[in-house]
Amino acid sequence: MISITSIYAGACLALLAIMGVTITRAILGPSAFDRVMAVNMFGTKTVLLLSLLGFLSGRPDFLDISLVYALVNFLSTIAILRFFEGRTPAATDNDTADAPSTTEE
Amino acid sequence: MDLVIDIVLLTFLGIIALAINRIDKLFCVIMLSGLYSLLCASLFVTMDAVDVAFTEAAVGTGIATVLLLSTIGATDTHQRSAPHRPLLALLVVCTTGAILIYGTMDMPAFGDPEAPVHQHVAPRYLEESQQEVGPPNIVTSILGSYRGIDTLGEVVVIFTAGLSVVGLIGFRGMQKYGDRQRAAGITKDDMDEHLVLRVVIKIFIPLILLFALYVQFHGDYGPGGGFQAGVIFASGFIFYTLMFGLDKGMRVIAPRVLGYIGSLGVLLYGGVGITTMLLGGNFLDYDVLMHDPLHGQHLGIFLIELGIGITVFSIMLLIFFAFSSRKGLRQ
Amino acid sequence: MESILNFISALCIGLGVFLGITGAVGIVRLPNFFTRLHAASVTDSGCAFLILSGLMLQSGFSIPTLKLLFILVFLLITSPTASHALAKTALDCGAEPTPHPYEER
Repeated sequence: MISITSIYAGACLALLAIMGVTITRAILGPSAFDRVMAVNMFGTKTVLLLSLLGFLSGRPDFLDISLVYALVNFLSTIAILRFFEGRTPAATDNDTADAPSTTEE
Repeated sequence: MDLVIDIVLLTFLGIIALAINRIDKLFCVIMLSGLYSLLCASLFVTMDAVDVAFTEAAVGTGIATVLLLSTIGATDTHQRSAPHRPLLALLVVCTTGAILIYGTMDMPAFGDPEAPVHQHVAPRYLEESQQEVGPPNIVTSILGSYRGIDTLGEVVVIFTAGLSVVGLIGFRGMQKYGDRQRAAGITKDDMDEHLVLRVVIKIFIPLILLFALYVQFHGDYGPGGGFQAGVIFASGFIFYTLMFGLDKGMRVIAPRVLGYIGSLGVLLYGGVGITTMLLGGNFLDYDVLMHDPLHGQHLGIFLIELGIGITVFSIMLLIFFAFSSRKGLRQ
Repeated sequence: MESILNFISALCIGLGVFLGITGAVGIVRLPNFFTRLHAASVTDSGCAFLILSGLMLQSGFSIPTLKLLFILVFLLITSPTASHALAKTALDCGAEPTPHPYEER
């Protein structure tokens, strides 16, 4: 039977792969909203990665940090959305915060 | 396994740094820099520096992103391209970097127990901290007791940052925000139509503040302490302000009051030092605070962490209010 | 007993990783912002829930389990809220949730 630590290790590697994909979406994302979504997802994955790392190394102190990451991730997402609030739908077309266009890719 | 994680995280860091450099839409750059902070914090965690990771996450991803976003609300959102190609600067930077890398060849290996930095004070801190100072979290005992004066310097630096911002923008300038909004005819300043968000945030703000208090007082036993607690406490208020508008946020707690609170924190810290001198010890020598050195240390660290938390909270919130009140000044 | 617990934990974490990889494939391949947002929220809710439950089973009745429960509750409440807020803002800013982006309208 495979030991539980190797399961943790495998899950960590898979999470790192997912984080890599998220970064590509954050860099590529044709619209600003894609990037916001990618950053939010990256934060959640970091929370999971840190919890797994904590269990992998046998130190449950890391869970405090995971909680803080979840919190600041939410905070930065809401702050970014607040930034979009002031823009009317017409202003986002030629404005620099580019809205997602209707024809993608 | 650790090596693989480190290599992958550092690769991500490099990719994001390159992307930050190449993209000129400042908004995307800010989001990517939030990602960068998260990655740095993860690297700190893999290096077992838990307190530092805590602070990096709270400040770098949370507060810094929010402050930078308020800033580009008041400036351009595109980076202007440089009028010339800075080849000479590139040459200088590469040469300096190469010399620095060459200099690091002589340094001891990472984590080497024979390294000089691990020989003099570090073993004493690690071995004597429990008997001399008390808290199980040695980072807190070093920060609060052994290197208390350095921490006083850090708190004063944060306070000075707040002073500079107030000096530049001013309390009157912050209060003029409401007048400007009314003059421009903008009556809606908040995210009121986001009903789901409003309810959820209203539920979470007290829990966030409670968590901040937990982090403050649990700093002796686990990762935490005054800096992180102050930042998280400020985040609670920032949530409220983001949701309900800057006017209401500044009415909940006025910027002038924040100025007083910030000064109070620094006064508390310095006051502890003066008290110990008056009681016969050195500056910030907590042994003399109570009948027993260990209790004295405990009280001393408790008080200065409180001072740190108070100052960091008020200055972070003050800077956020100051930057946000500049919105709408661009035109 | 312990090997059963390990097995269930491994199952939960494995399923969580599978959902995470599905979500990651989704945010790269799907055509529209709103569809990608849905893929991201699959990872935020399903993957996070399963991985954290797997970890909770591993740590028994102790303080880390309580902290993991807090993290789980926080993620389960804030991730969907953030996705909702993001979708609402994108809609207000003019993005169109076209169901078949390759069709001519």
